[in-house]
Amino acid sequence: MTIDSVRGAPGDPGPAEPELVQLLTPEGQRVEHPDYPLELGADEVRALYRDLVTVRRIDLEAVALTRQGELGIWASLLGQEAAQIGSGRALGEHDMVFPTYREHGVAWCRDVDPLNLLGLFRGVNHGGWDPAKYGFHLYTIVIGSQTLHATGYAMGIQRDGVLGTPSAGATIAYFGDGATSQGDVNESFVFASVFNAPIVFFCQNNQWAISEPLEKQTRIPLYRRAQGYGFPGVRVDGNDVFACLAVTRKALEAARTGQGPTFIEAYTYRMGAHTTTDDPTRYRLKAEEEAWKLKDPIERVKAYLVRGDLADSAFFEEVEADAKAMARELRAACLALPDPEPLSIFENVYAEPHPLMTEEQEQFAAYLASFEEASR
Amino acid sequence: MATVTYRQALRDTLRAEMLRDENVLLMGEEIGLFEGSYKITEGLLKEFGPRRVRDTPIAEEGFVGAAIGAAMLGLRPVVEIMTINFSLLALDQIVNHAAKIYGMFGGQASVPLVIRTPGGGGQQLGATHSQNVELFYAFIPGLKVVAPSTPAEASAMLKAAIRDDDPVLFLENLALYNTKGELPDAIDAVEPAEIGRAAVTRPGTDITIIGYSRMARVAAEVADTLAAEGISAEVVDLRSLRPLDRETIVASVRRTGCAVVAEDDWLTYGIGAEIAATVQEGAFDWLDAPVRRVAMAEVPLPYAKSLETAALPSAGSLLTAVRATLAATGRALEPAS
Repeated sequence: MTIDSVRGAPGDPGPAEPELVQLLTPEGQRVEHPDYPLELGADEVRALYRDLVTVRRIDLEAVALTRQGELGIWASLLGQEAAQIGSGRALGEHDMVFPTYREHGVAWCRDVDPLNLLGLFRGVNHGGWDPAKYGFHLYTIVIGSQTLHATGYAMGIQRDGVLGTPSAGATIAYFGDGATSQGDVNESFVFASVFNAPIVFFCQNNQWAISEPLEKQTRIPLYRRAQGYGFPGVRVDGNDVFACLAVTRKALEAARTGQGPTFIEAYTYRMGAHTTTDDPTRYRLKAEEEAWKLKDPIERVKAYLVRGDLADSAFFEEVEADAKAMARELRAACLALPDPEPLSIFENVYAEPHPLMTEEQEQFAAYLASFEEASR
Repeated sequence: MATVTYRQALRDTLRAEMLRDENVLLMGEEIGLFEGSYKITEGLLKEFGPRRVRDTPIAEEGFVGAAIGAAMLGLRPVVEIMTINFSLLALDQIVNHAAKIYGMFGGQASVPLVIRTPGGGGQQLGATHSQNVELFYAFIPGLKVVAPSTPAEASAMLKAAIRDDDPVLFLENLALYNTKGELPDAIDAVEPAEIGRAAVTRPGTDITIIGYSRMARVAAEVADTLAAEGISAEVVDLRSLRPLDRETIVASVRRTGCAVVAEDDWLTYGIGAEIAATVQEGAFDWLDAPVRRVAMAEVPLPYAKSLETAALPSAGSLLTAVRATLAATGRALEPAS
C-alpha cells in the first residue's frame, strides 16, 4: 500500500513516498536536511524520549479512565506524540498556543498539569488553567475555529511592535486534516497572509477525520495549499520528533522576526480512535494501522539512543517506571477530584454580575432546598 | 404495526423516499461509510451507492450551499448536519439563501431542501455541542421547521418534508433516537403529515401543556403522572414550529383555562415566549392563571453530568410548574374518585 495521499486526479495514487522533511528514519537513523540543521546533545535527546513516553502513558491512563466511566470522553493522541512534543519543545517563553482537544502532548510541554486535562474531560471544570500564564489557550472543541482566534492574537502581537526583539512571541495554531475544509480555517490563512501575521499553522495530518479519509478533504498534499495563500508550506515527518522540532523552530523564528506565517503539515497517523466514542475498525483496514506501527515515533528515538550508545537499559527502565508512577498518581488524583456544586452552573456565564443569573441561582437554590425539606 | 425506534423510523423513511424518488439524495459529513454519527443513514451507502449517498468534506457551509444549488435544479437533497450546533457554520446559506431564493428569484426557482439535524442536551457533549437553536430558524420567513416527537410522526413528517417544495429544517433530538413507538409494517403505508399542524396527543380538561420534540414526550409523561392524581392535563405537541398552529394552541387553552409551555431551549426570547404571546392574544379572557414556561437554565450547558442534568428541563421541573399554575388558578380541584 501507499502511505501517501498525493492525488493529482481521483484514483491516482501519486508518488510512493511523501515529499517530507525527515531527520530521523523509522529505523532510528539520523539523516541531514540542508534547510533544517539540528544539533542535539545526548541529554536533549533523552529528554525528548522521556517526554514522548510520558505523554503516551498519560494518554493511555486517560483512555483507561474513560473506559471505566471516570471520564466522559477522551481524544487520544496515540501515534501523534512526536508531532506534539517536537513542535511543543520548539516553543519559546513568549509564544502562544491555540490547541484543539487532542494536544495533550503540547500541554505537557507548556507545563499544564495533566490533571487539569483529566478534570476537563471528567467534567469537573472547563480546564482550569490560566492561558496567559502557560502560553497555552484552553482546548477548542469546535473544529478549526481556533485558527481565527490564533490569527487575531498574532495580529495583536504584531501591533505590540515587538517583532524582531527578544520579547517577540509567535502564535501557533493546531488543527487536523479535516479542519482544512472548514471556512474559518481558510479565512485564517487569508488574514494571516495579507496581514503578514506572526503565526505558525501546525496541521497534524493524521489521515482521518473520524471516518473520512484525507481524500475527502483534499486532492493535493495539504502543505501545498499554503502557496495559494502566499506563504511557505512544508511537510514534515510527523512521527519524527527531531524533524518536527527543527521545522517548527524555524517557522516560529520566522514569525517572531516579522517574516509572517508558515504552514506545517505534520504527516502522521491517528493510531487510536477519533475519540473514545468511536470505533475505527468500522471504516479502516488493520493493514494500514500495522504499516504505521512500523513508523512509531517513540521506537525510532529509542533505536537512535541505543544505536549511538546514548542510553542504557537502566535509563529506559527508569523512564518507564517514572511514567507508570506518574500515571498511578494521576489516576488517584483524578478520582479524588470533587464534583462541582450544582449552583456553580450560574457562576461563569457573565464576567460581570447579571441580575438574571442571580435570580436563577436563587430560584435553583430554593428548588434544591425543597428536597432537603421534603426529606426531613 | 411494528414497534420501532425513532432512529429506525427515520432510517426506513429515508430509504423508502429514496426508492420512491430517484431525485432524493443524501449529503453530509460522516453519513456514508460511517453511516452517520447517530446511525440514521445505516446501510444506505451500501444500498444506493455514492451517487446518492455522498460523504462531503468537513465543511457545513459548503455542503449546505451545494445542496441548495442541487435543490434549485430539481433534486431533492436531504442534508444531515451532525448536530444543530454545526448549522451555525451554515447559517448564511440557510438564512440568506435557502430561505430567500424563491422570493428573491421571483418564484423562478424553489429550494426543496431538507436539513436533518439533531439538537438536545443530556449526552454530556459540552456547551458547544448541546444547544437547541431551532429558534433561529423558526424566526425566518421562507423556512419551515418541524420537530416531531415520536417515530410515527418522524416518519410522516420526514416524508412531508422531502416532498415539500420549500426548505425544511427537520429537527431531531439526541434523547429521542432510542425512544420507541408504533409504525406500520409497510413504511409506504405511512401518510405524509401536514406540515404546520399541531396535535392534541392527550386530551384533558384542567390544564394545557404545550411542548415539541423531546419536551412533548416529557409532557406526555407528566400528563400520565397527573392523571394518576386525578388531574386531567391536555398535551399539545406542536410538531411544527414554523408554520405555527396557533389555532390548536388557542382552542386547547380556551378549553382548559391555563397553560404551561415546556421547551428545551433557553427561556428569554425562546419558543415559549412566542407560545405565551399566542395564548394571551387568543385566549386572554379564558385564562385563570399566567402562562408559565419551563426551559433550560440560562447558562451554556455544563459538561459535568450532574450539572447538565440540573440545567435541563425535566419531568420534575415541568410537574412543579404545572402544580404552581394550577394553584394560581384558585380552582378547587376535585380529588380523584
